[in-house]
Amino acid sequence: MASKLVRHSHLRALSFSINNYIRSPHFSTPNRAPLSYRLFSNASSSSSSSARPDKSTGGFQRASSLKDLELTKFASIAETWWDSEGPFKPLHVMNPTRLAFIRSTLCQHFSKDPNSARPFEGLKIVDVGCGGGILSEPLARMGATVTGVDAVEKNIKIAHIHADLDPVTSTIEYCCTTAEKLVEEDRKFDVVIALEVIEHVANPAEFCKSLAALTVPDGATIISTINRSMRSYATAIVAAEYLLHWLPKGTHEWSSFLTPEELVLILQRANITVREMAGFVYNPLTGRWSLSDDISVNFIAFGTKNCQ
Amino acid sequence: MPLTKHLNVAIIDSNPALGSRPYFNKEDPPDPRVSTVTPATISFFKDVGAWQYIEQHRHAYFDKMQVWDYTGLGYTRYNAQDINKEVLGCVVENKVLHGSLLSCIENTDFQKTIYPSKLSSMTLPPSPSSLGMDSTSSRPPLSSQRHLAKLELSDGNSLYTKLVVGADGGKSRVRELAGFKTTGWNYSQNAIICTVEHTVENGCAWQRFLPAGPIALLPMGDNFSNIVWTMNPKESTNRKLMNEDEFVKDVNNALDYGYGPHPTSSLFGSGEMFSWPRAGVTLSANDCFEVPPKVVKLASERMVFPLSLRHASDYVSKHVVLIGDAAHTVHPLAGQGVNMGFGDAFALSRVIAEGIAVGSDIGEVTVLKKYEAERKPANIMMMGILDGFQKAYSVDFGPLNILRAAALHGAHFISPLKRSIISYASGEQKLPLFT
Repeated sequence: MASKLVRHSHLRALSFSINNYIRSPHFSTPNRAPLSYRLFSNASSSSSSSARPDKSTGGFQRASSLKDLELTKFASIAETWWDSEGPFKPLHVMNPTRLAFIRSTLCQHFSKDPNSARPFEGLKIVDVGCGGGILSEPLARMGATVTGVDAVEKNIKIAHIHADLDPVTSTIEYCCTTAEKLVEEDRKFDVVIALEVIEHVANPAEFCKSLAALTVPDGATIISTINRSMRSYATAIVAAEYLLHWLPKGTHEWSSFLTPEELVLILQRANITVREMAGFVYNPLTGRWSLSDDISVNFIAFGTKNCQ
Repeated sequence: MPLTKHLNVAIIDSNPALGSRPYFNKEDPPDPRVSTVTPATISFFKDVGAWQYIEQHRHAYFDKMQVWDYTGLGYTRYNAQDINKEVLGCVVENKVLHGSLLSCIENTDFQKTIYPSKLSSMTLPPSPSSLGMDSTSSRPPLSSQRHLAKLELSDGNSLYTKLVVGADGGKSRVRELAGFKTTGWNYSQNAIICTVEHTVENGCAWQRFLPAGPIALLPMGDNFSNIVWTMNPKESTNRKLMNEDEFVKDVNNALDYGYGPHPTSSLFGSGEMFSWPRAGVTLSANDCFEVPPKVVKLASERMVFPLSLRHASDYVSKHVVLIGDAAHTVHPLAGQGVNMGFGDAFALSRVIAEGIAVGSDIGEVTVLKKYEAERKPANIMMMGILDGFQKAYSVDFGPLNILRAAALHGAHFISPLKRSIISYASGEQKLPLFT
């Protein structure tokens, strides 16, 4: 369970490359990949995402950062969340590794005892895009006060039913809502976690701003996603979806992936400083994931909200 | 382990020894039911603080071993010095092992309850992937026991638990109730065990393969030794019933000149090939063949046990895990059975601690499968090797006898191989070769 975390030198190298990227003369050319335009243009970012009429108020609700197509993808396989051999098997297998990183970084940041069975006592954590509660339940078992939110109603229902089976997890608060709505309700959390979500949102920059708004000053924000690289195309799309059938085809869109540099930058703009980053590597012989310095495919970032 | 201290443990065992504080009369001769624990098991015991209790009672370390057979074609001697260790193992009476573990539990601060009764039935909860979606958006009524396994005991108690560990031996009730399938076969052999006495102290473990099965003489300290003699069922009934003097004569015969000659000190001429000093040659390669100390008296009753090989095809299912003899039963010819079991126990406790560290539900199959992935291959390999030995030594056929002798010779004189074998049998090494 040793977590290998990227040293500061790696982060320095990242910010060096980010600075170069910004100063590049190609930056403002419209022919550049549509992603950069999506990321860095502040103007009209809200209107570019889907706006749905809100029946209760009669007007348009504030644009949610989620793409409708993404929602239907997840709604169709909601019942299988807790089937550890079903379509969500890769997530179940990866889960302990993600939790090892979370445990290590949060214990260090909040000075909690890493040898305690419930190190997160007293911490308020929100799991954005909680799905069936695969991450929320272990966090609750580790002592945290957990709120799980997901935009798919079915997922929340499944999460409720499963969490109610165990008294320890039945205290999790599940809501069918979005990060933006939580910001409107002025909710604040010590830790905001959004794992494997940002690659499914229409506007990652706005999403990160919402996550930052939910985090208390000097609180923690943890995001994991898939890198946009040649290797990730080969492994996460071609191998995982088409060859090995780990994920249903079309689960991920490669153009929606973010590189670590881009993620660090948009988090910086949202007042969150990334402190640690690590990659997940899969060993096909043992069938297990482990933490490593290799961020070329799956990676996770831990950041803290700047104190104003 | 700090991560598991908060777990509430129930021990269900109808063995009367668990009820009372054990008192061992040092004047009594040793019990014939003993186990040979390997250095790996000794260090597990030390890790949990149980070995100190064993050292307060009778126990016998040994650092030498000799293995030979009835054909007189070869022998091999092992010495702990070959792998730079002090002992090859320790022979301890089972009641001392029980007592020390019990003392250890009593002196460790965690919630435990002992139920001196038997398991009558077990109900496992349905799998959550069969959860229906027919409820409305309001939460269903809280039924706090729905995700737990329910155990009913013969004394009427009902227990609810997240994880049932089946550590109840070769005829495991947990294994039966949980529906685990097993494969295996009965060896057409029984083992007679008893305690015997010598005029001198025995400091070496001896094993001689006879046509019907091996006889082992294990040191127990204070001039006592333990005998484990494997033979076919008819002979075992005879030997159990014959009078004590006849039995002692039979034993000495089996260990000495019975069934075949002593091996000469070296098959391929005396050790001229190996006599000049050479770095890396094991100390014991230069040892001559020795005759075991003579038995003068039978010191306990003779007990007979049937032998079999059994292996559960799975060790885990949701909420249930098997360890020890419940998962695998082996031939006693290499003293490995209980050590495999202790290895299982320690691997499982580590896997549970790792699961708790990341907030997992300890009854989940994904967590438990890690234990199976670690132990099953190691156990199957050991079982294969032991079964191979049993089969190789059960045939009396000239060319095969010579092959076996050559193998014994190889094990005796080829130092790297010998070191590998000793390390593997001591539990220090995972694979017999290729480390």
